[in-house]
Amino acid sequence: MTQTLLHQILDYANRADPYPIYEELRRTPVHHDTDGPYVISTYYEIRSLLHDPRLSSDARNLASGGADPLAESASEESALPPSFLRLDPPEHDRLRRMTNRHFGPPHSPHRVDAMRPELHDIVGGLIDGLGDPGRIDLVEEFSYPFPVTVICRLLGIPREDEARFHTWADTLAASLDPDPDADPAERGKGTVEARMQLGMYLAGLIEERRKNPGDDMLSQLATAEGQDGPMTTMELLSTAALLLIAGHETTVNLITNGMLTLLRNPDVLQRLRAEPRLAVPIVEELLRFEPPVQLLPGRTALADIEVRGVTIPKGSTLWLVLASGNRDPQRFENPDRFDPDRPDVQHLGLGSGIHSCFGAPLARLEAQLALSELARRLEKPRLLEDPPPYRQNAVLRGPRHLRIACDGIRP
Amino acid sequence: MLGDGALEQLKREGRIVVVGASLAGLRAAETLRAKGFVGSLTMIGDEPCEPYDRPPLSKGVLLGRARADRTALPRLRSVDATWRLGVPATGLDMAARRVRLADGDEVPYDRLLIATGVRARPWPREEEAELDGVFVLRTREEGSALARRLDEGPKRVLVIGGGFAGSEVASACRERGLPVTVAERGAAPLVGALGGVVAAVAADLQREHGVDLRCGVMVTALEGDASGRVRAAHLSDGSTVETDVVVVSLGALRNTEWLSGSGLGAGPRGIACDAGCRAFDIRGIVTDDIYAAGDVARCPHPLFGYQFLSLEHWGNAVAQAGIAAHNMLSESIDRLPHMDVPAFWSSQFGVNIKSVGVPSMATEILISQGSLDSRRFVGVYGYQGRVIGAVSFDHGRWLPFYQELIEKTAPFPPQFATVDRHPDGLRPVDADFPDPSVPSHGPTVTLSGYSPADRRITFTPAH
Repeated sequence: MTQTLLHQILDYANRADPYPIYEELRRTPVHHDTDGPYVISTYYEIRSLLHDPRLSSDARNLASGGADPLAESASEESALPPSFLRLDPPEHDRLRRMTNRHFGPPHSPHRVDAMRPELHDIVGGLIDGLGDPGRIDLVEEFSYPFPVTVICRLLGIPREDEARFHTWADTLAASLDPDPDADPAERGKGTVEARMQLGMYLAGLIEERRKNPGDDMLSQLATAEGQDGPMTTMELLSTAALLLIAGHETTVNLITNGMLTLLRNPDVLQRLRAEPRLAVPIVEELLRFEPPVQLLPGRTALADIEVRGVTIPKGSTLWLVLASGNRDPQRFENPDRFDPDRPDVQHLGLGSGIHSCFGAPLARLEAQLALSELARRLEKPRLLEDPPPYRQNAVLRGPRHLRIACDGIRP
Repeated sequence: MLGDGALEQLKREGRIVVVGASLAGLRAAETLRAKGFVGSLTMIGDEPCEPYDRPPLSKGVLLGRARADRTALPRLRSVDATWRLGVPATGLDMAARRVRLADGDEVPYDRLLIATGVRARPWPREEEAELDGVFVLRTREEGSALARRLDEGPKRVLVIGGGFAGSEVASACRERGLPVTVAERGAAPLVGALGGVVAAVAADLQREHGVDLRCGVMVTALEGDASGRVRAAHLSDGSTVETDVVVVSLGALRNTEWLSGSGLGAGPRGIACDAGCRAFDIRGIVTDDIYAAGDVARCPHPLFGYQFLSLEHWGNAVAQAGIAAHNMLSESIDRLPHMDVPAFWSSQFGVNIKSVGVPSMATEILISQGSLDSRRFVGVYGYQGRVIGAVSFDHGRWLPFYQELIEKTAPFPPQFATVDRHPDGLRPVDADFPDPSVPSHGPTVTLSGYSPADRRITFTPAH
């Protein structure tokens, strides 16, 4: 029996290049195998559904036990109440609004931009610390530590605790991306342990910040005044866990995919080196071309929804394949070409609607700084293997290692 | 019609004149160049400055966060035009294809785009309107003059008219801590645009933010002191408001007077044009060399029974300008219709308000998401069993969905379940729009019948 398209998407053998499968998927814009999820793969249909109030993101609405091969990952955070990513309005709106109050406009319009010098320093320090220029693993040495450090600074993790924080974050990240060779029982134990320790650590830090607030986000969330008041400790733990996981699992892939794509398109890399401002359109095109979140699983229809003549029955689970919509030739000319000069690149890479990427302004800035500095400082960079080895995860897709070499590192 | 050769010749060496150097005029000019027009392009504008953005004038500028002279519109590409700024157009000779200017010059054209927009409706009694401290708000100059006066810390600001512009001014004044009175002839602010159900929320918001809101009243007279400064306003309920700043916010007037007698189908309601932005002449015959776009244009819309639709919306100006420019350079078969669903936004009293469709056409409303009590909601408007419009208070990210419902002429009331549906959103209620023949602050979307030569207008200012 031939593998279903869904299983082909999840099949690790297709991780390096899932785009031909998406192309096949788009022939049936609403794809459905017997009792599996309804898979939406075309640009306009995905965009409509992202704004459709008949879809719920609340994990409690998910059909239990169905044939969704990604259903398990939805219950990852079971120890904590759901974060706003997995909630519907009005709870979602309240928590996201409270979090955003200390992150973006209208109340904190300068927060992300004010981090620019600090981000620049972190990037500089990591590039300075790269080892043998003949053998660099960009993931381990750069794209992984960068966003974790940024999240630490944003939340206000004391510098002396950053190393411990990194260890927990690594373990949790690995749990999202199971190594098929590791013993599942051991791995599960390690994950529970790490989550527990991280939770205890953050709970302690929150208590401390309630007494002695600083100007970090954790303090601000813990002590906020205003119509929504402060968050409870449990809400704060869920939110911090969300920011941690979502904030670095995606950015690491954005940066790594970015460098991989630039090394595959040396003319663009050359242009970026000469003109760092090109980083802005490059990152947008990257979010279209190689989005770090390939698909959004786990949305539930609260009513019968008709899409392209197919009725998706109430209670069904949907997958919205963002990465496929981004390559839809109905929307983008030459979709398989990486072209930072596209005049109109309204990609789905950061989602849209109420769940659109919360950290988008920070992720964009991180990727722009990282790529322009790597382009400027690495002399004659080249890939040592192509394609690189990928992580297991089909949703948060990106290389596990990106081995590159260069002739030297400019100051 | 033009043969291929003629069109190519127009693109190569034609003369295109754009009257109106604001958002629609600029975007049209950019589109003309982007579409390969390399002939001569003349931009005529009555204001002395290059195109600027108006939305900040009633928001950031009044708050002192943005300067009125720093709101120039970003240029999307070079337009390489001859700019005739500070010189209003005063006449049109359709037969000779010439635009007359106030300085006596005449500018010949092969294609003309009219994008003269609207101006603020002034206070109807001239001697009162000229009192020091009486403002209208439409231009950069007016915005900057009002902002300067607010900087001086007036003891009270009176806003006459509680439409979107007036409410935004009131919001900015309250944010600056200035005492504000809003006098609205209707039952509540925004009632003409959004109906009584939603307007009641707007009224609550204003009062909560400390606005002295007076509804169902008219200002009958403004009174000046010996030095010619406004000192008080007299209201139809017999009360008096002592005030040193009055902002007259009674809607807009179309800038079409310069076309009177030209034979073009232009009047107080705007310039009638077809769905492709070609202007009608006074006989209802479409011209082929004169186009209109932006606030001054009114054109038939298939979603709203092909009635002529007048819109004073930023997004409409941009979209319509693009269509007009495209069609000016196209054979008839390649022309595009302007069919965008009307949409606008406002920011006031800490709330982001967005609207799509034509709510003022509706008879019923249903709160489909959120609740009126929380001031966070989506309201869907119904007319004759279909969805005709929607409004959101701090729920703007959902509006694309409702826009699709309008485009699909989906049935009203919507029967499906949604996230965040409250019990009071299960049944539609009367949307409670005022009788359209009763003058109000002037909604920014108006349906104006089927006649391209319609020159009647029913609005009479409040006095």
